[in-house]
Amino acid sequence: MRLASVANTTKPRDGSVREYLLCSNCQKEMGVRIPRPLGQGPSEFIPEKEIIQLGREDAETRLLFIEAFATLGRLDNITLLMGFHPRYLDSFLKTQHYLMQVDGPLPYHYRHYIAIMAAARHQCSYLVNIHVNDFLQVGGDPKWLAGLDSAPLKLQALSEVNKILAHRPWLITKDHIEKLLKAEEHGWSLAELVHVVVLLTHYHSLASFTYGCGINPEIHCDGGHTFQLPSVGSCCVCDFTNGNDVVEDLLNGQEGTKGTETVCEVEVLMKKMKQLQECRDEEEASQEEMATRFEREKIESLYVAPAEGEEAVDTRDVSRRFEDPTYGYKEFPRQGEQNVPTFRAQDYTWEDHGYSLVNRLYPDVGQLLDEKFQIVYNLTYNTMAMHKDVDTSMLRRAIWNYIHCMFGIRYDDYDYGEINQLLDRNFKVYIKTVVCCPAKTTKRMYDSFWRQFKHSEKIHVNLLLMEARMQAELLYALTAITRYLT
Amino acid sequence: MGSLGEVDHSEDYVEEQGSYLQLMKGRGEDHGESGSALAAPSGQEDTVDTPRHFRAQPFPSLPKRAERLVAQAHVTRVYITWGGTLVGVVAGEGRRRRFPVAGGGRKGGGDGFRVHGGGRQAFHKIDLPLHNWQRCLKLLVFSMEKMARVTTVLSGSTITGRTMFCHLDAPANAISVCRDAAQVVVAGRNIFKIYSIEEEQFVERANLRVGRKLSLNFSCADVVWHQMDDNLLATAATNGAVVTWNLGKPSRNKQDQLFTEHKRTVNKVCFHPNEVNMLLSGSQDGYMKCFDLRKRESVSTFSGQSESVRDVQFSIKDYFAFAASFENGNVQLWDIRRPDRYERMFTAHNGPVFCCDWHPDDRGWLATGGRDKMVKVWDLSTTRTKEVYCVQTIASVARVKWRPEMKYHLATCSMMVDHNIYVWDIRRPYIPFGMFEEHKDVTTGIIWRHIHDPYYLLSGSKDSTLYQHMFKDASRPVDRANPEGLCYGLFGDLAFAGKDSMFTSDSNRKTYGGERRYPIFFFKKPDLSEQFANVSSSLNVFEMEGGSNSVDWFVNMAQQYILTGRSLAELCDHNAKIAKELYRYQVAQTWTMLRIVYSSPGAISSVNLNQSIGKSGGLPLMNSLKELSVALNNEPRLERGKAENWQEMNHIHSSNPLITANEENEETEGSDVPADYLFGDVEGDEDDLYMVDHENAPAEEHEYILPQEAFQLRHEIIDNPSAPDHLQDKVESPHVSGNEAETVCLTPIESFSLMSISQPLYDAYLPADYFNSLVKDMLHYYAEQGDVQMAVSVLIVLGDRIRKEIDEQTQEHWYTSYIDLLQRFKLWNVSNEVIKLSTCSSINCFNQASTSLHINCSNCKRPMSSKGWICDRCRQCASMCAVCHQVVKGLFVWCQGCSHGGHLQHIMNWLRTSSHCPAGCGHLCEYT
Repeated sequence: MRLASVANTTKPRDGSVREYLLCSNCQKEMGVRIPRPLGQGPSEFIPEKEIIQLGREDAETRLLFIEAFATLGRLDNITLLMGFHPRYLDSFLKTQHYLMQVDGPLPYHYRHYIAIMAAARHQCSYLVNIHVNDFLQVGGDPKWLAGLDSAPLKLQALSEVNKILAHRPWLITKDHIEKLLKAEEHGWSLAELVHVVVLLTHYHSLASFTYGCGINPEIHCDGGHTFQLPSVGSCCVCDFTNGNDVVEDLLNGQEGTKGTETVCEVEVLMKKMKQLQECRDEEEASQEEMATRFEREKIESLYVAPAEGEEAVDTRDVSRRFEDPTYGYKEFPRQGEQNVPTFRAQDYTWEDHGYSLVNRLYPDVGQLLDEKFQIVYNLTYNTMAMHKDVDTSMLRRAIWNYIHCMFGIRYDDYDYGEINQLLDRNFKVYIKTVVCCPAKTTKRMYDSFWRQFKHSEKIHVNLLLMEARMQAELLYALTAITRYLT
Repeated sequence: MGSLGEVDHSEDYVEEQGSYLQLMKGRGEDHGESGSALAAPSGQEDTVDTPRHFRAQPFPSLPKRAERLVAQAHVTRVYITWGGTLVGVVAGEGRRRRFPVAGGGRKGGGDGFRVHGGGRQAFHKIDLPLHNWQRCLKLLVFSMEKMARVTTVLSGSTITGRTMFCHLDAPANAISVCRDAAQVVVAGRNIFKIYSIEEEQFVERANLRVGRKLSLNFSCADVVWHQMDDNLLATAATNGAVVTWNLGKPSRNKQDQLFTEHKRTVNKVCFHPNEVNMLLSGSQDGYMKCFDLRKRESVSTFSGQSESVRDVQFSIKDYFAFAASFENGNVQLWDIRRPDRYERMFTAHNGPVFCCDWHPDDRGWLATGGRDKMVKVWDLSTTRTKEVYCVQTIASVARVKWRPEMKYHLATCSMMVDHNIYVWDIRRPYIPFGMFEEHKDVTTGIIWRHIHDPYYLLSGSKDSTLYQHMFKDASRPVDRANPEGLCYGLFGDLAFAGKDSMFTSDSNRKTYGGERRYPIFFFKKPDLSEQFANVSSSLNVFEMEGGSNSVDWFVNMAQQYILTGRSLAELCDHNAKIAKELYRYQVAQTWTMLRIVYSSPGAISSVNLNQSIGKSGGLPLMNSLKELSVALNNEPRLERGKAENWQEMNHIHSSNPLITANEENEETEGSDVPADYLFGDVEGDEDDLYMVDHENAPAEEHEYILPQEAFQLRHEIIDNPSAPDHLQDKVESPHVSGNEAETVCLTPIESFSLMSISQPLYDAYLPADYFNSLVKDMLHYYAEQGDVQMAVSVLIVLGDRIRKEIDEQTQEHWYTSYIDLLQRFKLWNVSNEVIKLSTCSSINCFNQASTSLHINCSNCKRPMSSKGWICDRCRQCASMCAVCHQVVKGLFVWCQGCSHGGHLQHIMNWLRTSSHCPAGCGHLCEYT
């Protein structure tokens, strides 16, 4: 299987000759069945040919791919997609490597098990599969995979925090932390706990990314391959469902009519950004107005209901054994409904407080995360769809703050009216779905926002979503830890 | 006013509401235009030539005791009139500049002026007319270095108070004091109040958070009180607004001006120290703005071109300069007249610089604190920015404030985790000079109560309290620090550092090397509580007697032991032989016995037997027994300290109950292990124990008992008559030399010849497992004796046979100790072998940690980031062999002189024929 995966990743570079050799060798002489990938390319949403082709990537990306392959022994689809943004990918891989493979407070199999727990919360079978394999590889006990009940009590205790962080991070309190730390022999140490929290949030948000980009299963994982020989029939179905030529033709046909409309979309967005930039000095909204805007945005986000239906089906039942279906995402309560105060971003910032705490308890991770957040927040190519030299900082900030707003984090110095101007409804639906219930993301949602934008830009958006979500969860978790400490 | 009374009791006090002068210096002659305006004071006596670069400004209203004089030139003389008015000061280098000061007109009035000095000015002499000799006296007494001191005298308003606190309603974000140190303002997200500082408590004076709708303008990230105008405050709001407040306003809402120019949170505001209307702000959006309070918008905007601004501070000395610190670690210096670009920029910290503070006295010093937990002091007086001091704290530094009047002191508080306030002496960066531990949550604001008083510190915190700390109440960590240090050297030397006093009082000990002393700290004359305790320590090194040879055996054995790869019997024999060659008979004997115990009888070849038995050719067991006792007497002495020797002796002769009893009483110096425990261990190891125990005849052990002959041992030991006496000697004189001990103890050997041999009866039916508990005890014994080498070696050689007997933790402990020792002796290969052979998972993974090797390209000297052999920057193979010009993928050896090298084998071959570098660089290569 590993061989096949290697073959697959090296295929474009070495040409088909080698693949042929491999196939014929194995199949005919050794009787090995050759798995074939089910999905086409790394992503379900993005046609394979628009994704960076191995062998054609620029030098920087190639180096990163080589490194990723060397350290992980695979080049997974996530990495391939992130290859659009090599600067970020570098930092992402470094962080992930540090979290999973470098000496740290937690033993290796624990780390993978926690990753499984976190990914399973979002029924992300892709990540679950990968980490089940890794878990077994580092010597984890296969029995644990039967479900959380079979794992040690210490890990079981994490379940609640996992649930809360995944779906309603604002509810986490110092009591939760205390429970984990004070549990006699099953207690966690502070350093371990910080590691756990970082891992959980990392994998929650990575699940968002996985769904947001429609990552296809890896070839060596369940659901990622078939042993059927390619036949005409399967090819057709495959191509059809994966949005290759036929679908694209259809889309193109549509675009003929929609063309002007979608072009307008970008233009309108740009105009709005310009307007906002200019009129900012003129019109100053009163403070109360600002406060209500935040509330309005928050409340409105409640109505942006993620599309129902189209339940994702787990391919591997492992993930089903970890989730607790009764606990799902719930909207951040409206003002006055419950006693959950708005989180004031300035009172507990990642840069000042979060970083210091993480770095104190789990050295270097703070630095890595800090870098990652900074890169993703500042990442820009000054382009928007077909336009160049655009200052997108406003748009990026709007997206970032919108996500934090959904989690009830408020920036005093931000005018939440901007969000309404810049993010249209489709986009909001997409953001909300990806961030809050990633499993419900569909290709239609992905396609329906920002139609004129490039795929790389949509992936960029996804990176923003992922990191903003991670930071929001981290902020809540770290605040709880800080409260516990003081 | 107490102040007046103190200065002059006799005169009537007239409420002084007149204007007074503030003198200050512009920025020298070159900026004269800014300082030439002079407002004529009312009712002067004599307006002597007011120097051009001094400017006076009338103040609208005067609190009674708040007259002030700021002179920014060197002051050499002060004249005071008969009425007590300070008439003039002489400034500069001999040039007489006299100018009238402060409420001069009215005789008998205007007493209580305060003289504010920037700190640099000094009264060298104070001339006084004789009319008021009382006053003369007072002033003369205080003709001190700093004007500030005169301040206190003149006004008499010495600050008093105690450590106290009050509860705020909400967490504080920042605090600031009024210039007369009587009031403090506390600001936070939900609080904005003014407290006056009374003797015993804080009293709330005003709540500025008023109004129907509380906008975000009230949510303050920072607050600053103007140091010239008591009515003027400025706050930085989290929503990006800069607000000024005028306490003189009659309405309830004191808000004065509102500047909403910043797009993001404003992190810091700062008033100009000398200019009433100038306000500076630094914001998250990366801009700094300078406001003139008479205008509605900013006068100039400074763009740092880097990230968010975390702190801005006007220079105290330099009229036009300010410093700004940034989130990306940079610090920039600006001139307010040049908004286009900074004058200087340097990277101060790794990560955000949260705060900076100019030294109040020293023009060029700037202290910065950052997220990297450092406080750094920079000398900016020259063109080259120099880091002069650096203090490492334990948490990120949120605020830093120089301590008034103390050149080298500064106070810090941290942003997270650590709630204490520290006062550091920057020359002693390792331990805080003082520490305030009152707060329960992070301290968010600290400020010295008065700019010339080093004894009062105010602090606000997230725990919603406001504290006044008295410096005398600060805890001094240095008092609790342990000034002694103790360390064992690799070769058994012992180094001990401690306070001098310890050694002087204890005359018995001599410091190492005669009177040589190694002072660690030198301190200036002990002075008040403001100095670090005068600590001077001396270092003593105690050498092992017998020199460093005593540990050679360790190295040799470590290198020559074979731990794996052969049969158990061979390994044991080999190791026994090694031990024997190194005169470690006990160890050798142990190995031999292990061989006997654990290998099946058939496996013992006669050759081996003979070898181990030696010339006597008797039963191995018996033989080992006697050798063992020899070793007991003999060998440990070579390597261990006297205390252990003594202990050994003790137990060797413990068969004599009388002696044992006596000695047990005296056993104070040695180990605290019970004597009978050692009895079994020391004397017997496994086999020995059986025979010795036979005397007590435990019934169930009869079947294993050896024939009577075995009891020769008893006699042999008892036969040694000199030992007990010798023992007494030893106890009394611990410094007995090793040689002496040896000669005495060698005597028992002779008596061995008496031993006879019988057939081993047990070999056939005694399972090897039976000895496990004994072997276990033996290993513990060795480990406790400090011979962890033996314990680990046996553990490895015996492998599974013994492993389960010893708990995992102990094993791990032994392994780590042994590996540590090996590495200290630089026996890397051996230590690696041990790691590899160990069965503890935690030890095994040592080999997996830090296995990456970072290499730089030999061509471009940059780090090679990619895998493989090609540098991705210069596109060349990085490690070429200079001989064969191929890439070296295995062992690469290179000359450290010219950095050329190549395959080990090739270089070795090359050097046989030539001593020059094979690369042709002409270097005479040296390989060691």
